[in-house]
Amino acid sequence: MISYVLPEFLVMRDENRCIQCQVCVRQCANDVHYLDEKDGKVKADDAKCVNCQRCVTFCPTHALTIIPNPQEFKANANWTKKAITEVQKQAESGAVILTSMGNPQEYPIYWDKIVLNASQVTNPSIDPLREPMELKTYLGRKPDKLEFDEKGRLITKLTPQLVLNVPIMFSAMSFGSISLNACESLARAATELGIYYNTGEGGLHSSLYRYGKNTIAQVASGRFGVHANYLNAGAALEIKIGQGAKPGIGGHLPGEKVGAEVSATRMIPEGSDAISPAPHHDIYSIEDLRQLIYALKEATNYTKPVSVKIAAVHNVAAIASGIARAGADIIAIDGFRGGTGAAPLRIRDNVGIPIEMAIAAVDTRLKEEGIRHQVSVVAAGSIRNSADIIKAIALGADAVYIATSALIAIGCHMCQKCNTGKCNWGIATQDPQLVKRLNPNIGARRLVNLVTAWEHEIKEMLGGMGINSIESLRGNREMLRGVGLTQKELDILGIKAAGE
Amino acid sequence: MVEYVIIGNSAAAVGAVEGIRQRDNTGNITVISEEPYYAYSRPLISYLLAGTADDRKMAYRDAGFYKDNGVLLLLGVRAVSIDTVGKQVILSNGKMVAYDKLLIATGGKPFVLPMKGGDKKGIYTFIKRDDAEQLKSVAKCGTKAVVIGGGLIGLKAAEGLVKCGVDVTVVELADRILSTILDEQAAVMVQEVLEEHGINVILNDTVTEVIGDDGVSGVILKSGQSIECDMVITAIGVRPNTDVVANTDISINRGIKTDDHMCTNIEDVYAAGDVAEAYDIVYEDQRVTPIWPNAYMQGEIAGRNMAGDDAVFDSGFARNSIAFFGLPMITAGIIKPVGDDYEAVSTVQPEKMIYKKAVFKGNRLVGFIRLTDIDRAGILTGLIKDKVDISPFKDKLLDKDFGFVYMPKSYRKERLLGVKRK
Amino acid sequence: MKRVYALEEYCVGCRLCEINCIVAHSQSKDIIWAFKVEEPRPLPGILVEEARPISFGLQCRHCDDAVCIKSCITGAMHRDERDTVVCDTDKCVGCWTCIMACPYGAIKANENDGKVVSKCDLCPDLSQPACVSHCPNEALIYVDRG
Repeated sequence: MISYVLPEFLVMRDENRCIQCQVCVRQCANDVHYLDEKDGKVKADDAKCVNCQRCVTFCPTHALTIIPNPQEFKANANWTKKAITEVQKQAESGAVILTSMGNPQEYPIYWDKIVLNASQVTNPSIDPLREPMELKTYLGRKPDKLEFDEKGRLITKLTPQLVLNVPIMFSAMSFGSISLNACESLARAATELGIYYNTGEGGLHSSLYRYGKNTIAQVASGRFGVHANYLNAGAALEIKIGQGAKPGIGGHLPGEKVGAEVSATRMIPEGSDAISPAPHHDIYSIEDLRQLIYALKEATNYTKPVSVKIAAVHNVAAIASGIARAGADIIAIDGFRGGTGAAPLRIRDNVGIPIEMAIAAVDTRLKEEGIRHQVSVVAAGSIRNSADIIKAIALGADAVYIATSALIAIGCHMCQKCNTGKCNWGIATQDPQLVKRLNPNIGARRLVNLVTAWEHEIKEMLGGMGINSIESLRGNREMLRGVGLTQKELDILGIKAAGE
Repeated sequence: MVEYVIIGNSAAAVGAVEGIRQRDNTGNITVISEEPYYAYSRPLISYLLAGTADDRKMAYRDAGFYKDNGVLLLLGVRAVSIDTVGKQVILSNGKMVAYDKLLIATGGKPFVLPMKGGDKKGIYTFIKRDDAEQLKSVAKCGTKAVVIGGGLIGLKAAEGLVKCGVDVTVVELADRILSTILDEQAAVMVQEVLEEHGINVILNDTVTEVIGDDGVSGVILKSGQSIECDMVITAIGVRPNTDVVANTDISINRGIKTDDHMCTNIEDVYAAGDVAEAYDIVYEDQRVTPIWPNAYMQGEIAGRNMAGDDAVFDSGFARNSIAFFGLPMITAGIIKPVGDDYEAVSTVQPEKMIYKKAVFKGNRLVGFIRLTDIDRAGILTGLIKDKVDISPFKDKLLDKDFGFVYMPKSYRKERLLGVKRK
Repeated sequence: MKRVYALEEYCVGCRLCEINCIVAHSQSKDIIWAFKVEEPRPLPGILVEEARPISFGLQCRHCDDAVCIKSCITGAMHRDERDTVVCDTDKCVGCWTCIMACPYGAIKANENDGKVVSKCDLCPDLSQPACVSHCPNEALIYVDRG
C-alpha cells in the first residue's frame, strides 16, 4: 500500500558548500543522509527527516537547511494540512497517533498576555548589582504560627523543607524516558545550582545516588524502582498522580528501551514493557492519597517533605485543596503544555487546562480556605523563560518546575519524536550509540548556564518592581496586568487589565 | 670520566651514542669506522642505485650529530683486534684506543659463494654505500645483470638495476623469493609484480660458475642453463662481521653472544646490531636478527647499560617493511610456522594484491604478513612485542578495520589513556 | 608533555576531528577551499576507530620511548623542540618502517604528496590541536598526564 503521507520536511543541501564529509550521514539515526557510492555524493531521503537538526548543527560547512515541505493541499481553513495528514496516517496504521513533548496547538499563551509592573518615582526600583536580592525559596508546610520561649528561642517544630537557591527545579523525567547521561546532567546541574531535579517514575540509577541531596524521588502508579533506599536517597518524595501532557492516562515505556541498566533501576525484567496504570490502584479518594502520603512519611521517618503532582484539569482548585488537606507538603501542578516522552496525540492536544489559570485558581482557593501556608505550590508545564517564572510566582506559585526548557538547554530541538527512541541528541533514547552524544559535563554546564542566566533576569525584574525578595512577589498579583484578556479570564487570573 | 669506544658507525652505533647520552653527558665517546662516511642509511643504498636518494636523504643523522654528542670520529680506519685484558682496541693503522666500555657494532658482511670464476671483474656485493656507487657506475641502460639470491638485498639490487634500465635475472636457490619474510602465497604474488616489471626470476637453482675472460660475460647455473650478463651481484645473505673478535675470549656462536643487557661474556664489552646474537622473543632463542630497528634498539640498550643503566633488550624479533615497484609489504615474526604448536589464518584478494596472514602460538600472535594493505600493521607488531593475549579478538585480526576498538576495554584504556589496569 | 586523549564514552563518531585536522593542515585553513580546491589534500593526523557503539579518535601518542623514531631508517622521524614526534618529509623516503613499528597504528602512508608518512604534529601553530578544539562533545582532551 503506497503511503499518502507526504514528507514533512525537505533537506536542502548547498552543493557549493557540501564537502561530502559525511558527518551528516554518521550523525543521523533516522538514516536520512547517505553516500551514493555511484557518484560519491551525499544525498538525503527527505521522508525520514524529523527536523531534529543534528545534521544542520554538525555540518562543518553549514551546507544544510531543513525546510517544511512546501507542498500544500487546496486551501481549506477547516481541513488543514495537519488534519488531512493525521487522517492519512491513521488510515494507514489503524493506530493511535503517538507523539511527544508538549501540546503545540494554538491555544492562548496567557504568559504572553500578562505584563509586569516596574517602579517609577515612588517606591524606587532596586539595582540587583548593588543591593542584596533574595531568591532563596523554602518549599514545604509552614506552621500556623511560630512560638518562642522566654529567651526568644523557637519552640515550634518545623516540618522538613526543601531549600532552593533559585525558585526553579527540574521536573520529573524518568531514566528510561531519557538517557542516563541526561539524568546525570540534570542531577549535577541541580547539585551545583543548589536546586532539585526529579527522578520521574524511573527509579534512581545507582550512579546517581551521590546527588541524593538534590534529588526528588518520585513514586507513581507503576511504583517502578521504589524501595526503601530509593525513598531515603532523595531530599523529598513526590507522588505522581497526573501529568499535564496526558491527564487521565498512564505511561508506557516500550520494552526496547528497557535495557540492562533501566531494568535494574526499575526492577523489572530486561526487555519488558514498563506500564504505569492510569490511576494508582490504591488511590480512589483523598483519604487514600493521605494514606500513601503518610506511608511515605513513615518510611522516611518524617524527614522529607512529600509532594503530590497533578495535571491541571477543570477542578484543579478543589483537588489541590483536598491534596493539601491530605497532608501533602508541596503540590506540583502541571499545565496542559507540559512535555512528555510519549503520549497519544489526541490526549496531549485536547486534555487539561493552561497552567496560568490553574495556578491562579489554586492559590486563590487555598487562600480563601486559609490553608495556603500549609502547602507550597509548584507551577509546571511550559515555563519558557524567566519572565514566565516571575509571572507564575506573582500568580501564586512558590517555585516552578522546568523540563522542556531544560532539555532544550542540553540539545533538544523539539522535533517531538521522543517516542521513537532515536533521539539524535542523546536525550530521549537508550541506544548506547546515541546516549553517548550527550556528554554530562556539557549537559550540566549548559543547564547551570541557563538557570544562572534566568536568575540574573529574575533579580533584574524583581528589582525593577522595587522588590528585593522573591517571597514578596509570591501571589502579589498587583504586579501583573492583563493585555487582551476577557473580564472572565482576568477574574480567574485575579489580575487587573492593563491601565487599571 | 668514562671512555666509551664504539666499533662501527651505523644504526647500532648511533643508537649507542644516543643511549649513552641519555645518561652520561661527559664521558668521551670514540666511534671507529672502516667506511669513510658519516652514518648513512644502509637500506637506502637501493634508492641511491635507483637515483631516488641524494646525500641529504642518505644521511642518517644531521651533520652536527657527532659534534653535538661529543663524539670523536675515527673514519677510514679498521679495528683489527681487541685486547680485553688491557682494555684497548687495536686499529689497522697500528694505533691503540683505550676503552672503559666497548661496543662492537661491526654489522654484517656478505656471504660470498665459492664458485668457479668468482674472481672475475664485474662481480659485486650490495651491502654498503660504495657497493651501490660502484654498481651505479656500471649499471647502464641495456646492460645485463644476474643477481644471485632472491632475498631482500638481492631483490632490492634487482629493482634498483631495473630502474637504471638493466636487464635483470634473479637466481634463487629456494623454492620462492623472499623466503625469510614471505610464505609461498605472498612470494608468488610479489614475484608476479617483479616479473611484470621485467625481472626474470629463476627459482630452485643457483650459479655454479661465472664465465668470461677477464670480466664477466655470463653465468652457468646448477641446472646447466647459461645466462649472458655483464655483471653479477651476489646477494645470498650476510653473516655477522665478527672478524675483530677473532682470537679474543669474546664468545661467538653465529654472532657475538650477548645477554639481555647486550653485554658479551666479557665485562664492559657489548655487542649490538647485525654482528650480535640476542634473544628473540618469538622464537624464544638466541638469534642474529639483521634488521635496522633491532640494530638501533640493541645499540641504544647497550649504550644505556654502558653508561650505568639497567636496561633490558626485550623487543628482538624479525620484522620488515619493504616495497617493490610500489607494492608494499610488512611482515614480522614467524611467517611460515612448522609444527603443531602454531596456527595460521590468512585472507587473499588477488585482484587487489592484498594478502594477510596471522600466525598464532597459543593465545599469542607470533607473526604476520601484510601485502598491499599495510595500514596500521604496527598494531600487530605491538601485539607480538607485548605478548598480548589475543584470544578475545583473534577473529578480527585480519579485518580491514582492526584496531583497539576490538580489544578489551581495560587494555585499550591502558594503552590509549595511560590508565593502569587494576 | 601535553597529549590528546580520547574519551570513548563521549565520542559520537562524527569524524569532525579528522575533517578539522585536514583543514588545520591545509594551505588555506578554509574548510571549503581545503576540500574542494586544494590538491593534494592533507591526510588527517587523527583517525577514528569505530565498532558501534564504541568509537574514539586516535592519533600519535608522541611516546616517550618512540619506536617509530628508533626504527626509522633515514632519521626522518624525530622529536622536535616541543618533544613532539614529527617526520621530516624531506628526508622520508616512504619505506613505511614506522608504520610497521607504531603500536598504535597512528602513522599513515601518504601517497598523495610525494611518498611520505603523515601523522599528528599536535598543531604547532595553534593553542591546542584542531581536533580537540573542534570536537563537538569534548571527547578529546589535551592534557598533561606525564
